[in-house]
Amino acid sequence: MRLASETRLSLTRPAVKSRMRLKEMLWGYFFIGPVVIGLLIFTIIPIVASLVLSFTSWDGSSDVKFIGFANFADMFADNIYLKSLRVTTIYTVVTVPCTIILSVIIAVLLNRKMRGRDAYRLIFFLPSVTMPVAIAVVWKWMYNGSNGLINYLLSLVGVDGPNWITDERFILLSVMIIAVWGGIGYNMIILLSGLQGIPDSYYEAAAIDGATGWSRFIHITMPLLTPAIFFVMVTSLIGAFQVFDLVFMLTPPSNGGGAGGVLQDATRTAVYSIYQNGFTWFKIGYASAQAWVLFVIIFLITMVQMYLQKRWVHYE
Amino acid sequence: MLLPFCWMITTSIKTYADSVQIPPVWIPTHPDFSWYGKIFEQVPFGRYYMNTIMVAVGRTVPQVIFCSMAAYGFSRLRFPGRNVIFIGVLAILMVPSQVLLIPQYYEMVRFHWVDTYRALIVPGIFSAYGTFLLRQFFMSLPKELEEAAIIDGCNPWTIFWRILLPLTVPALSALTFFAVLWSWNDFIWPLVVTNDDSMKVLSVGINSLQGVYVSKQPLLMAGAAMATVPLLIFFLVLQKFVIKGITFSGIKG
Repeated sequence: MRLASETRLSLTRPAVKSRMRLKEMLWGYFFIGPVVIGLLIFTIIPIVASLVLSFTSWDGSSDVKFIGFANFADMFADNIYLKSLRVTTIYTVVTVPCTIILSVIIAVLLNRKMRGRDAYRLIFFLPSVTMPVAIAVVWKWMYNGSNGLINYLLSLVGVDGPNWITDERFILLSVMIIAVWGGIGYNMIILLSGLQGIPDSYYEAAAIDGATGWSRFIHITMPLLTPAIFFVMVTSLIGAFQVFDLVFMLTPPSNGGGAGGVLQDATRTAVYSIYQNGFTWFKIGYASAQAWVLFVIIFLITMVQMYLQKRWVHYE
Repeated sequence: MLLPFCWMITTSIKTYADSVQIPPVWIPTHPDFSWYGKIFEQVPFGRYYMNTIMVAVGRTVPQVIFCSMAAYGFSRLRFPGRNVIFIGVLAILMVPSQVLLIPQYYEMVRFHWVDTYRALIVPGIFSAYGTFLLRQFFMSLPKELEEAAIIDGCNPWTIFWRILLPLTVPALSALTFFAVLWSWNDFIWPLVVTNDDSMKVLSVGINSLQGVYVSKQPLLMAGAAMATVPLLIFFLVLQKFVIKGITFSGIKG
């Protein structure tokens, strides 16, 4: 387009040329206008507001009062918040590796030529397109301690199943099992496309050298799959640190006391804490500060991963 | 993998007695489809359904149009500030949604939009992700496509609408699917901006249902099944494009 318009413009007078420029500029602003204005109102202004609020003690209705870094200092002494970071970390450290290992295995298996391959891929992807609330409702029913399906299946092999979602020692595990089950499909799709990018000639050469299936997997598939694994790892970690929906739906509502309170302590993730501070306890300033701390944590972890990738990600 | 889905469907057609049997009944002895009707009587399920569809359509149609317009602008037109603004759009992708949640909510309060369709729909229209996805796709289309039209003196809108947009159907389908998926399954935003029962969407409605009807599992399962199935069908139809979209935005992005 540049070529075409410039050869044409060179034949015209400067005044016409600058009018064309102006015209293109106006068209440009016309095309990007809606998105840019929308993002400005509904994203940029809220981001700035959130940053400002994190330095205030605003409760949603009173006058805005600036309190410096007090919100950030409070977090270090807030046991509920510190516990929520611990829960988030446990959740991430368990679900991310489990999901990735399982998705690699399944992607490799489903990359071979086999009957019903597309159907299997579809089945693994189904949870990714299912409403989280529906997933939570069904799993809750399966987890039911007395007449749930899971404890029935466990009883068949002689195991006395726990009260999965009403025992504070098991509820986080229950959430993590659902997360792994639901997370495999999306990662699998990305890994499959990574696998399909590995040239067949590599495997043919390895076959001539007499490499076995296992050594082909270790020496060809795995190294060449590392860029896809890296991508999946970065996005999974970001997602895991932001987990909310499932936790919220599986934890019974409570105002802090009783059995619900204990369960909430066991599953309160960082985003859950932000939600509670903001919408239950109306500590808007404090909640905003927590959101920014979480953003910084996620950002730093992502940067560390970017830095470490040189050590293990194999780019051709 | 499929067990939860099967369990959802079979439970939803069990009689109440079957649903609480131990050991569990795998295949319902007397299939009972009445739960699918009962849910509409006991809660405004039809209303939730309509709200969900309206929000999904209301967000998706403008989103696809605006994002493809912006994608065209960023990839094909030259104007001052283009690159700076585009980097700004990319930066937005990195901001986690929970940073936005609280100020966006108070913005809705200030606009007096709480409990209206405007709150459910309008903030969900403008997507940095969609702009980025489509811009990448536009960049991959050869520029020769438009040359003839430019020499003929067609204006950018005609070039965009008549020449480029028809070629971006695969990317538009992928974005359409994702926009509908995110809107349909969205939970936390509808949860905070709606209080009135008549404004609830399916995800919020079913979530509050489970507190009230905790003993009537078939009813809950029927609700969950009805909330899930339309999207599964939608996915099956657009499957090819969706998977392309994931790999396109995933690996190359």
